[in-house]
Amino acid sequence: MEYLNAFWVGGLICVIGQILIDKTALTPARIVVFYVTGGVILTALGIYQPIVEYAGAGATVPLTGFGYCIAKGVETALCDRGILGAFTGGFTAAAGGVAAAIVFGYIFALIFNPKSH
Amino acid sequence: MIKKDNYSEYVKKKTKNSPLAKNCLWAFLVGGAICTVGQLILNGIKKLGVSPEDAKIWLPIILVFLGALFTGFGLYDSLAKRAGAGTIIPITGFSNSIVSSAMEFKKEGFILGVGAKMFTIAGPVLVYGTMAGVVYGIIRYIVMMIWG
Amino acid sequence: MEEKIGQQTLRLNTPVYVISHGNCVSAFEEDGPLKGRFDTVVEDEYFGEKTFELAEVKLQKTAITNALEHAGLKIGDLGLVTGGDLLNQCIASGYSMRDSGVPFVGLYGACSTMALSTCMATLAICSGFTKFAGALTSSHFCSAERQFRYPLEYGGQRPPSAQHTVTGSGAVILSAEKKSKLRVSELTLGRIVDFDVTDINNMGGAMAPAAMDTLTAFFTDTHSKPDDYDLIVTGDLGQYGSDILRDIMRQNGLPLGDNYNDCGLMIYDRERQDAHAGGSGCGCSASVLTSYILPEMELGNLKNVLFMATGALMSPTSVMQNQSIPAIAHLVHFVREDGSL
Repeated sequence: MEYLNAFWVGGLICVIGQILIDKTALTPARIVVFYVTGGVILTALGIYQPIVEYAGAGATVPLTGFGYCIAKGVETALCDRGILGAFTGGFTAAAGGVAAAIVFGYIFALIFNPKSH
Repeated sequence: MIKKDNYSEYVKKKTKNSPLAKNCLWAFLVGGAICTVGQLILNGIKKLGVSPEDAKIWLPIILVFLGALFTGFGLYDSLAKRAGAGTIIPITGFSNSIVSSAMEFKKEGFILGVGAKMFTIAGPVLVYGTMAGVVYGIIRYIVMMIWG
Repeated sequence: MEEKIGQQTLRLNTPVYVISHGNCVSAFEEDGPLKGRFDTVVEDEYFGEKTFELAEVKLQKTAITNALEHAGLKIGDLGLVTGGDLLNQCIASGYSMRDSGVPFVGLYGACSTMALSTCMATLAICSGFTKFAGALTSSHFCSAERQFRYPLEYGGQRPPSAQHTVTGSGAVILSAEKKSKLRVSELTLGRIVDFDVTDINNMGGAMAPAAMDTLTAFFTDTHSKPDDYDLIVTGDLGQYGSDILRDIMRQNGLPLGDNYNDCGLMIYDRERQDAHAGGSGCGCSASVLTSYILPEMELGNLKNVLFMATGALMSPTSVMQNQSIPAIAHLVHFVREDGSL
């Protein structure tokens, strides 16, 4: 059941992005910015948490989930360190994914060459 | 009468639009599939004894790795051609944008090519995500101070 | 003495002959409708080089070598080479001509470069600067993508109006001294035309007004009309740009008939190949000119051809600054003379 929820919620979040790509002049680069920022805002407003509870990876895998992760990290860090947490919390929560992207990006750049197929 | 002031609208009318329904279907199916794979991975690593807290941190790392792998083998862009937002919106798309840039700009060297240009596409996500987090943190702190 | 007619056209009274041509393309172009017509086909986009930029340099060197061989000349026999490409600072052209020892004029006309370089080489001959001149240009899908758009492995989706940059180079050798059946009859240099198009995924739409402007200038200056010619080609307006051009030329009282075609539509089979709205890039018009148009004229199947290449003069920076896309088109009128020489 949880797999079905992950599937349709994740799929729907992507469809909204597809409509934005095809129907507006927004480029994907701008759309993903709206998604990550939107994820932070929706989490701040308490709207995203229930979606995460319902859909699991369907809510955390899309980039809105990245925003959710940042916002949650900020909330935790505020409790632990006060106002400093506003600066450290987001980065700390996102660190795993970002560090992985840097490391794997570097490694794969070492190994592979781009091709045009 | 086609003139300069109505030319852009005229061009839009003459140009074939992207097939919206087909694109949305592909985005839904592929995006949903990637999320489902994510859920499978999450459950899988919890079964291996990883705590739910750590599992939430492992998931993006594993998905980033998978996105990087597919990008390295030249498969991600072939999928993305059809899937559109279905491959851009999930975190694997974030990984693809970084890895593809790193691979591309290797020719300009590892420091100024790979190092500097790795984030040409993904940079905005980090900048705006971080900023949104900081702004949220400050607002939340002020709210907590005022209302206790 | 050459004669300026009208506002933008020069009529050549002293003949400048097209004495040879050469090209070099990749397997993707060879897989299209012009299969078998190219001098050299390269299987691998790296062309044995370390980078795409160096591969493009090699494409150019191969094209001009082919043209020189066909003319029975060496590079040192040329008094001038004009050339350009899409890369920043036109490095494909600068580096390909680096060791030639020949005076070189680098130009930027974006995708109009084949027509522009031919016009400039012709003018150099008319002025007496040289007796033999080469006009050269190229484009490469991979080097263009990484400069103008995205890394190759990036998962982006391209709309139907996007075009596929041709990986190819074309070279033409012109002379007033050595004769041939093909010559340049007139040339028209274009003005920059900007109809406020900002969609970089629709280059054809952005360039069509410039094509209309130069074609209209040519017909006005020469007191002729579209039906007077065997073939009128545009460089790379693609499907939508060429449809738009037909509409706006008809509105202008100069309708284009079945003798109009676009090199971007001639180079790829859009049903079978993944080329969206058609081919684009400097190499598009250059490879079609040197593989189809000039050879067909040599065979006598075409006698009177208007070759017009269009270019979009924006850069990634101007696009990010929300500027619209200005375009330009230059035209060369090639004729075949049947009489004995």
